[in-house]
Amino acid sequence: MSTATFTSKIERLQSLITVANLLSTLSKTFKSAALPVTGIVVFLLLWQATATNIVTSLGQFPGPVDVWTQSKGLIQEHQAEREKADKFYARQEARNAKKLAKNADAVIKTRPYTGKATYFDQIFTSLYTVAFGFFIATLVAIPLGIACGLSERVYRAINPIIQTFKPVSPLAWLPLVTMVVSALYVSEDPFFEKAFLTSAFTVALCCLWPTVINTIVGVASIDRDLIDVSRVLRLSWPVYIKTIVIPSAIPLIFTGLRLSLATGWMVLIAAEMLAQNPGLGKFIWDEFQNGSSSSLGRIMVAVITIGIIGFILDRLMLALQKRVSWDKQAIFR
Amino acid sequence: MQRNYLKVSQVGIEFPTDGEPFRALQNVNLSIAKGEFISLIGHSGCGKSTVLNIIAGLYQASEGGIILEGREVDEPGPDRAVVFQNHALLPWLSVYQNVELAVKCVFKHSKTKAEIREWVEHNLSLVHMDHALHKRPGEISGGMKQRVGIARCLAMQPKVLLMDEPFGALDALTRAHLQDSLMDIQNELGNTVVMITHDVDEAVLLSDRIVMMTNGPAASIGEILDIDLPRPRDRLALAEDVQYNAYRQQVLRFLYEKQKNSAKKSASIAPAELLPSSSKKSVAA
Repeated sequence: MSTATFTSKIERLQSLITVANLLSTLSKTFKSAALPVTGIVVFLLLWQATATNIVTSLGQFPGPVDVWTQSKGLIQEHQAEREKADKFYARQEARNAKKLAKNADAVIKTRPYTGKATYFDQIFTSLYTVAFGFFIATLVAIPLGIACGLSERVYRAINPIIQTFKPVSPLAWLPLVTMVVSALYVSEDPFFEKAFLTSAFTVALCCLWPTVINTIVGVASIDRDLIDVSRVLRLSWPVYIKTIVIPSAIPLIFTGLRLSLATGWMVLIAAEMLAQNPGLGKFIWDEFQNGSSSSLGRIMVAVITIGIIGFILDRLMLALQKRVSWDKQAIFR
Repeated sequence: MQRNYLKVSQVGIEFPTDGEPFRALQNVNLSIAKGEFISLIGHSGCGKSTVLNIIAGLYQASEGGIILEGREVDEPGPDRAVVFQNHALLPWLSVYQNVELAVKCVFKHSKTKAEIREWVEHNLSLVHMDHALHKRPGEISGGMKQRVGIARCLAMQPKVLLMDEPFGALDALTRAHLQDSLMDIQNELGNTVVMITHDVDEAVLLSDRIVMMTNGPAASIGEILDIDLPRPRDRLALAEDVQYNAYRQQVLRFLYEKQKNSAKKSASIAPAELLPSSSKKSVAA
């Protein structure tokens, strides 16, 4: 056997090994992905089969294929709208440049583009609104929860109120919030839209409670020994809360925050429908009122978008919890 | 010896229950000299921990009180540092930070930053923990955690060091090791120590006096035994020592002959579960 054939054999062998390695990683990936993928495929098939059997006054119930088409349509609309906006700004700039060239002292007007909000604008509005509502709720809920957890008297005084307001539906709050915002938020040049504030406050009112309740439980279940340590050291209140209360309660505070964010996201859609805040809720409502043959498909796109965003929000909170948590061995789900 | 550094005077305590209030302690009197090492021994549930908690100020006596250096003390403070049975370290702080927290509380105004750091490190090296300054409690063994707990208390330079079964949760070898460490530290610093134990050998080995408690309810001090063994003490040499074994016998006789019957009677009531209403903490549902 010559050296050349030997080398080529070795090379062939090496490439075989590479292929084998590749296959084994592939099969690992495949194995871990197999079950979720199977689940999704079965679900899509069932969905398609069921959808073809439901006929509404707006046509057939949208199946996965229809939803796919509609989502592509929404992306195209978004791109078209952005192009229009770009062209508008280009024209405006050109016009202003011309004016300035004629007369350096000319008064220039720059107007913002006022096209219709695209699907992605609406998603962004929803995210912004829920973030604002959730932020307000957190600002109230954590201190309130800590106060109730630390003092049994405060807890006993406030608990009936918490238990009464906790089960109230966002739809019940909304008219009240709307009226209050209209009455109190009077401004010539409002920084926030009223619909935005109404939606955000409704979200805040409804997503307050999981954080409050979990923070109370977290704070009330601080290890007795640690409380004794703080008494022996005569820790001042701020130091006690910072070094003992918050770190012990942080796992349950985060459980509460995750539940709150999920609740807030759910409540937001309902609030936006009624308050006409230009987010996903309004998108669904408008499509419903529109009643075209593509409406149901578009609503279904929104349903799936809402689900995926909710999922992502929860994962983000989980990632934040992992970062903040002192117990790196803890298992997070 | 002048035994008036720390005085437990006519102390009694009642815990509220659903029915009749439960009387845990009655007429507890004890005078302790500066630098003395006292062990409290008795059957489980006899109220040893309650006495310690009253001295610490964590519980309020129903009658009587605690006098430290001529002044009554009725709330917890860093002059009576407590070593807890389960170390009670803050799990989110490193070994260094745990001790630092205590040092900062006590010496915030009297030590500079550099002095604080030096003092924390000095105390951790006293208990041989200077190699793990930046580990979290979750990353070190039970014995090491207890060492850090002791360092935290030593670093506070307390007038009295209170130890609640400090080695109870440790295995026998680790316990012996820590007892030796504690004796070394005690020889060096001469702290006044009140320690709870249910280990007869530990009590005889470490103490200047052993305070034996009767069984509850309404527990009190049964006998006090002076341990007149020269220091430094060596556990191996003492194992053969006649005097040591006589002391041991005396404690055992107290616990298993004189207090035998009532031990069973009081077993059904565990005062550890009952806390005074002032220190009860609610758990929200």
